[in-house]
Amino acid sequence: MDAIILQILNGLDKGSAYALIALGLTLIFGTLGVVNFAHGALFMIGAFCAVTFSKMLSFSHTIIDETQKDFLGNPLKVDVPYIHDLFGQATGNAIIDWAVPLSILFTIPVMIGIGFVMERGLIKHFYKRPHADQILVTFGLAIVLQEVIKYFYGANPIPTPAPAVFAGSFDFGAMLGFDANSIIYPYWRLVYFAFSALIIGAVFAFLQFTTFGMVVRAGMADRETVGLLGINIDKRFTIMFGIAAAVAGLAGVMYAPINSPNYHMGMDFLVLSFVVVVVGGMGSLPGAVLAGFLLGILESFASMAAVLEIIPGINQIIIYLVAIIILLTRPRGLMGRKGVMEE
Amino acid sequence: MFGLNKKDTGILLVVAFLALAAPFILNPFPEGSAMAQFNAGYPDLMQRLVIFGIFAIGFNILFGLTGYLSFGHAAFLGVGSYAAIWMMKLLTMNVVPAIIVSVLFAGLFSLLVGWISLRRSGIYFSILTLAFAQMSYALAYSVLTPITGGETGLQPKYDDPRILDGTLEAGQSPRANLFGLEMNDGFELAMGNWVFTFNAGYYIAAVVMLIAFYLSIRIFRSPFGMMLRAVKSNQQRMNYTGLNTKPYTLAAFVISGMYAGLAGGLLVAMDTQVGAERMFWTASGEVVLMTILGGAGTLIGPVLGAGFIKYMENIVSKINKSVLEQWFAFMPDGIEDVMIALVYPFVGKGWHLTLGLLFMLVVIFLPGGLVEGGQRIAKMFRGKKASDDTTDASKTPAE
Repeated sequence: MDAIILQILNGLDKGSAYALIALGLTLIFGTLGVVNFAHGALFMIGAFCAVTFSKMLSFSHTIIDETQKDFLGNPLKVDVPYIHDLFGQATGNAIIDWAVPLSILFTIPVMIGIGFVMERGLIKHFYKRPHADQILVTFGLAIVLQEVIKYFYGANPIPTPAPAVFAGSFDFGAMLGFDANSIIYPYWRLVYFAFSALIIGAVFAFLQFTTFGMVVRAGMADRETVGLLGINIDKRFTIMFGIAAAVAGLAGVMYAPINSPNYHMGMDFLVLSFVVVVVGGMGSLPGAVLAGFLLGILESFASMAAVLEIIPGINQIIIYLVAIIILLTRPRGLMGRKGVMEE
Repeated sequence: MFGLNKKDTGILLVVAFLALAAPFILNPFPEGSAMAQFNAGYPDLMQRLVIFGIFAIGFNILFGLTGYLSFGHAAFLGVGSYAAIWMMKLLTMNVVPAIIVSVLFAGLFSLLVGWISLRRSGIYFSILTLAFAQMSYALAYSVLTPITGGETGLQPKYDDPRILDGTLEAGQSPRANLFGLEMNDGFELAMGNWVFTFNAGYYIAAVVMLIAFYLSIRIFRSPFGMMLRAVKSNQQRMNYTGLNTKPYTLAAFVISGMYAGLAGGLLVAMDTQVGAERMFWTASGEVVLMTILGGAGTLIGPVLGAGFIKYMENIVSKINKSVLEQWFAFMPDGIEDVMIALVYPFVGKGWHLTLGLLFMLVVIFLPGGLVEGGQRIAKMFRGKKASDDTTDASKTPAE
C-alpha cells in the first residue's frame, strides 16, 4: 500500500509538468490550429528565466572590508550584491533565497512577450499552410532557440536551488499511519504540484468565467462565425498564444529546482508532451490535463521494481505504448471532440 | 539510357559524375595552404556524404511522393546497423551479407511499424512514427543491451565466432572488407600541391548510392510513383474512386525503410561500430532537414540536401576564432572586432544554430528547397516563366 501511494506521489510532479506543457500545446492547437514543435523550447526558456533572474538578483559590487583581513594581511575584498544595499542584508539574502518563486513575476511578462513575437512574427504566416509545414518550421525554431540558449548559458546544467525552507522532505508515511520514512516526498515537489494545479485552475477559470474566455471558446468552436459577428478573433488568439507560452514558461521556472536547467530539456519534454496531447485528444484542454497526470503516474508505476521484474524495460516505453494503443483504438483521444482531427 | 528519358539520364549522369569525382571536387585547396583544413576530400566525410544521401533518397520516396512525414526513420537506420554488425560478428567481415541482412531487417521492421502507423495520417502519423522510434531507442539503450550493447554499443571483436572467416591470426583485428578488398584501402594521388585520396570504401558506397538513386528515379517515373503522388494530392478522392491506398503507401514506407537500412548497413561497413544514439529522434529530424533543405519530392534534392548539410557541418564546425581573425584581418581594427563578434556565434560550435536558421528560412521562403531556389534563379536569368513541369517540386505535402 505505501509503495502504491509513493508511486502516485512520484507520478504527480512529472505529471504536473506534462500537464502544464500539454495544456499550452493543446490551447495553441485548439485556438490557432497550429502544431507547435517549439513548445518544449518555451518550457526550457522558462527554466532559464529562473536562472537569469537569480543571476540578476546576485549582481554585486566589490567593497573593501577594513575589519577583515585575508591571509596576506591585506584588507579583505567582499562581493556585496546590490540587493543588500537596497533592502539591507537580511531581506536581501531572503530575496536571493527565494529567487525561483520570485522569478515567476519576471517570467510571465517575458514569456507573453516571446509568445506575441512568435505568433505575430512567424506562426501567423503558417495558418494556411499544411500541418507538416507547421511542424517543420516550429521544429527549426526549436533548434534555433535551443542553440541561442546554449550560446549564452553554455551546455552544462545550471543548478538553481529552491528556497531553503523547502529543502527537506515531507514524511507522508508518519501522517498516514505507516512506518516513519516509508513515504517521504520532497517539499518542493509538493509545491510544484500545488502550483501546477493552481495554474491549471486559473487557465480554466479564465476561459470559463470571463467574457474574454467565452469569446475564445466560441472562436475555438467556430472561428468564422465569431469573426462575422465583428469580433477581432485573431487578436484574442494571439493573446491566447501568449498565455500558452506563459504557462509553458511557468512550468519551466518551477521545474528548475527539480531538474537543473540545460539547453536540451525542452526537446526531452517535447516528445512526451506531444504524446500526452494526443492521448488526451487534440484541442481538448481537460483531456491534456487528465492525460498528463495519468501518464505521469503510469510512468512511475511502470518503474516499480516489482513491475520491472515482470516486464523489463516497460518504464522506458509505457507512455509510447499507451499512445500507440490510444491512437489506434480511439484516435480522437480520451476526451477529444468527435470529428476533430479523427483522420 | 537504362530505360530513362533524356532529362532523367542527364540527372543520373550529373549525380554519377559528382559522386565519382568527389575526391577532386571536395579537395579544391592545395595541401599546406591556409585553406587546406577546409578540404572535405577525406574518406570518412565522403562516405558519410553518400550514405546520408542514400538515407535521404529513401526518405524522399515516402515524404516527397506520399506526403507522409515520418519522424522516426532513424529507427530503421539503427535496426539496419545492428543487423549488419551482428552479421560481421557471427558470419563474416565481408560487407555483402551484412548489407543484405541490414536491408532485410530494416524492411521487416518498417513493415511492422508502417502497417500500424499508416492507419493514421497527418500529424498522427508523425507522432506514431516518432513514438515507435523513441521506443526502439529506449529499448536499445536499456533492456535490449544483450543484443545492442546498450550505452557502449557494439563492434566486432577478435574472439567473435565469424564462421566463414576462420580464426584471425594473433594481433590481427577484424576489418570490414569486400572479398578481401578492405574498406580503408586506397591510394593517394599527388598532383602538384594537391593530394587526392581515393578510398575503396567510398567508391563502394558511391556505387551503391548510384544504384539506389537509379532505383528511385525508376520509382518516381513508374505507375506506382504516380499512384503515390495521387495519394499526396488527394487521398480522399482516391478512396472515393474505390481504390485502397494502403498497399501503396505501405509499400512506399517499406521501400524507404529499406533504404534507411541500407544506409545503416553501409555506415557499419565503413566504420564498424554501432551505438543507440543513431536512433534518437533528432537523428530522424536530421534526415527530414536534409530532404526539405534539398527539395522534397524532387529527384536530386535529397542528395543535394544530404551533401550540403554534411559538407557544411564539416566546414562550418572547423571555423574558429583565429580563422575568423585571418579572414577579417584586412579590415580596420574596430570593424574587424565587430564582424568577428557578429559571425562567431554562427560558426564552430554554433553550427546547429546556422542549420536551424537556414532550415527555417527554407521552410518559410523556399518550400521546394535548394532545387526550387535553383529553378528560381534560372528563371530569373531566362527572364520568362519556366515550363509547367517544374511546378510539382513546390507542391506542399497533402494531409
